[in-house]
Amino acid sequence: MDEALAKKLRILADAAKYDASCSSSGAPKRTAGKGELGSTTGAGICHAYTPDGRCISLLKILLTNYCLFDCAYCVNRRSSNVARAKFTVEEVVTLTVEFYKRNYIEGLFLSSGIIKSPDHTMELLTRVAKSLRRDHGFRGYIHLKSIPEASPWLIEEAGLYADRLSINVELPTEVSLERLAPEKNGLVIQNAIQQIGERIVEAKAEKRRFSPAGQSTQVIVGADATTDEALMRKSAHLYGSFNLKRVYYSAFSPIPDGSTILPLKSPPLQREHRLYQGDWLLRYYGFTPDDVADATEDGMFALDVDPKLAWALKHRAHFPLDVNRADREWLLRVPGLGARAVDKIIRARRHTRLRLEDVARLTSGLKRARPFLITEDYRPSGGLTDRLDLRARLAEPPKQLSLF
Amino acid sequence: MDPGDLFGAGPRAVSLAAGADVTGFRNAVRRLVAGDVPPERVVWSVGEAPGLFGATDESGETPPLALPRGVADLVTRVVPHRDPERYALLYTLVWRVLHGERRLLEVSSDPLVHRLERMAKAIARDLHKMHAFLRFRLVEGEGPERFVAWFEPDHHILQAAAPFFVGRFRSLHWTILTPEGSALWDTSALTFGPPGRREDAPTRDGFEAGWRDYYESTFNPARTNLAAMRAEMPKKYWRNMPETAAIPGLVRAAASRTDSMIERAPQKAIKRDPVRAVAAMADQAPESLDALNAIIRRSEPLVPGATQAVLGEGRVGAAIAFVGEQPGDHEDRQGRPFVGPAGQLLSKAMAEAGLVRGDAYLTNAVKHFKFEERGKRRIHQNPTAGEVSHYRWWLERELDFVAPRLVVALGATAVLALAGRAIPVTRARGPAEFGKGYAGFITVHPSYLLRLPDGAKDEAYAAFVQDLRRVGELATRLAA
Repeated sequence: MDEALAKKLRILADAAKYDASCSSSGAPKRTAGKGELGSTTGAGICHAYTPDGRCISLLKILLTNYCLFDCAYCVNRRSSNVARAKFTVEEVVTLTVEFYKRNYIEGLFLSSGIIKSPDHTMELLTRVAKSLRRDHGFRGYIHLKSIPEASPWLIEEAGLYADRLSINVELPTEVSLERLAPEKNGLVIQNAIQQIGERIVEAKAEKRRFSPAGQSTQVIVGADATTDEALMRKSAHLYGSFNLKRVYYSAFSPIPDGSTILPLKSPPLQREHRLYQGDWLLRYYGFTPDDVADATEDGMFALDVDPKLAWALKHRAHFPLDVNRADREWLLRVPGLGARAVDKIIRARRHTRLRLEDVARLTSGLKRARPFLITEDYRPSGGLTDRLDLRARLAEPPKQLSLF
Repeated sequence: MDPGDLFGAGPRAVSLAAGADVTGFRNAVRRLVAGDVPPERVVWSVGEAPGLFGATDESGETPPLALPRGVADLVTRVVPHRDPERYALLYTLVWRVLHGERRLLEVSSDPLVHRLERMAKAIARDLHKMHAFLRFRLVEGEGPERFVAWFEPDHHILQAAAPFFVGRFRSLHWTILTPEGSALWDTSALTFGPPGRREDAPTRDGFEAGWRDYYESTFNPARTNLAAMRAEMPKKYWRNMPETAAIPGLVRAAASRTDSMIERAPQKAIKRDPVRAVAAMADQAPESLDALNAIIRRSEPLVPGATQAVLGEGRVGAAIAFVGEQPGDHEDRQGRPFVGPAGQLLSKAMAEAGLVRGDAYLTNAVKHFKFEERGKRRIHQNPTAGEVSHYRWWLERELDFVAPRLVVALGATAVLALAGRAIPVTRARGPAEFGKGYAGFITVHPSYLLRLPDGAKDEAYAAFVQDLRRVGELATRLAA
């Protein structure tokens, strides 16, 4: 690999790293046929971890970080002084294929700054995906960050080659968008998300290929004053109305050459973590947006207890629950019990009466679960569930997750 | 036969091959169960080298056992575990399942089940990490590219791990070397061979420096979290992963890099604000029908096979636009709409109704021919609703440019494209609203007339001509 290409790679990987949506999940399982390269596994594979604890699954790069937009939170905004570079379509294809052959990556996550026009940029992104599929028999994962301002037919074409399309909501409110991302428009973004959503549903029904791993989006956290509750309601709306696979929350992070209109301090990473936990409650634990809102204080999740525990502490009258009797729906509300543990409990109790040591084998969260559970041989003593200091007993000591 | 069997109560020795001897274990279990030997009487031992014992002996002499699917599956998953107790634990499981606890696996809280599940999980993790962390290096030399990897799994998983690499790197020649054995794929067959050595793999690769650059650049120093990294990528893997050499340097510099980002006051943009380029962005939409047609012409058909995109025909400003379904066989070859049998019938009917074809604009909802090949014939296939939506954007822009007073939908597909929803043509035939700046009219597609039996044809054709007369009158009235 020559030094000129390596230099571009350094600039354009650095410029892409603030997008959190890197997973290679959700694609239908497929393997390479004769003469083809690549497969997808369903859940995706993390090929390496960087010292920030994040997984490298896809080659996450920008086609270029030249950009005509001026979004305050973005390192690549046109008024930023960062070093700039631009790959050719062929260079991205080569990097993807050669990295893939060495088992470094699951595929490509390609995004771009806006050059010339949104249409021109979107066409380039699609050309990369098309060349990988057509010229190289590439069957690995391709995620294209679509450009909502591009003409709708270009988004239609991108879906033919990509496994996943995503469009970033970026900021949860129209007001913030106007202030921090002047070239963006909430309605344009929403229309594009809706277009992709409709096409995915149609294609699935007609057994055609269109972004088979669905659609995801990203919201930046902490760049404006939006509360966790508002973020959760926004996500519930996105999941419910547009059938999104994932909403990613990205605590805005200090960037080289930051903008003056951003808050000085980034939010604690723990806040991002709590938002993901709240998101899971919406998607896998049967919590309604109101339930999740109920787990916040003044609209914000506590940093020292997880949202499910916060909810349970507020609704102690429902607990303790008998693991040998309670409904699945309610067991899912017990802090410390994951969805898998709940399913195991329900399966096992058909054959045996569960004791505390049995539950200990089914979950790793027994410490948190204990005050809320009754088993064959155990019941929280001395009104443990009602103790005032319960929260303090269960709260996590402050972690080194915060930045400073 | 060992002496213990004479008394029916002595220990029974079973020796299996080293590694993951699924076959040997299966045969042993069959014999033990047939002999009614309880687990506590069996002494399991594992040979020094793979394939010396176990796998070859006495197979096929005992009938297969009927085990619940989950049990057989768990056996396969746990056998690669390096724990010497694995066979004893698995046989105990089989014994209990066959002696009154048929659904034992559902009781995940049972200590034995729990332990075996954890062993299976360890194997799954080991497999996953091998799939993830193995790195191929290109062998320098002539001929087709050949890749070699050296990897050290925790358990005996080479055989279980190999199919993943076949499914992924089918078109490549590759070899995976491990201390216990090797796997070789030559683009058509997978073979397992003797153990390899680290020295047998290439020591470098031309893309490794680039990969390390990528690894370094994608790391965000402001989010350093070493515990999370180590939990997922334990240190024992690092020595076979070239990128991990960058870790100490990255960690050392992380704090100061972050501090300097925060301390550095926001800078003024050095470059001039590209005002004109920003303004020009808004001009991306095609400015004329010709520009739109150029886009359509160079776009891919949604369903592959069409010779070319068939564009609309007629002049901008035409009073009436006819929208059909999609090009047919003739249209696809000639690149013009309504030139096949249905198009000729339309021309004839228009003439009879007093309409001049050359004055109207004719186009299709879908711009590419979709067909099924039967022998030498290309049989037309209806576009799906999704395909119609896919093409709808172009139709909308096209009609914006032509700006007709009246748009005639010929058949159900055109109605779907124009109205955005399915409306039965027979019921809605006549004037219609498509919610746009033009008046609408719905009638049948001429190809429908061609398909009718002879007896019904004349009447239907007359009705179609009558519809077209109404279209003419309506257009005249709209012009007034």
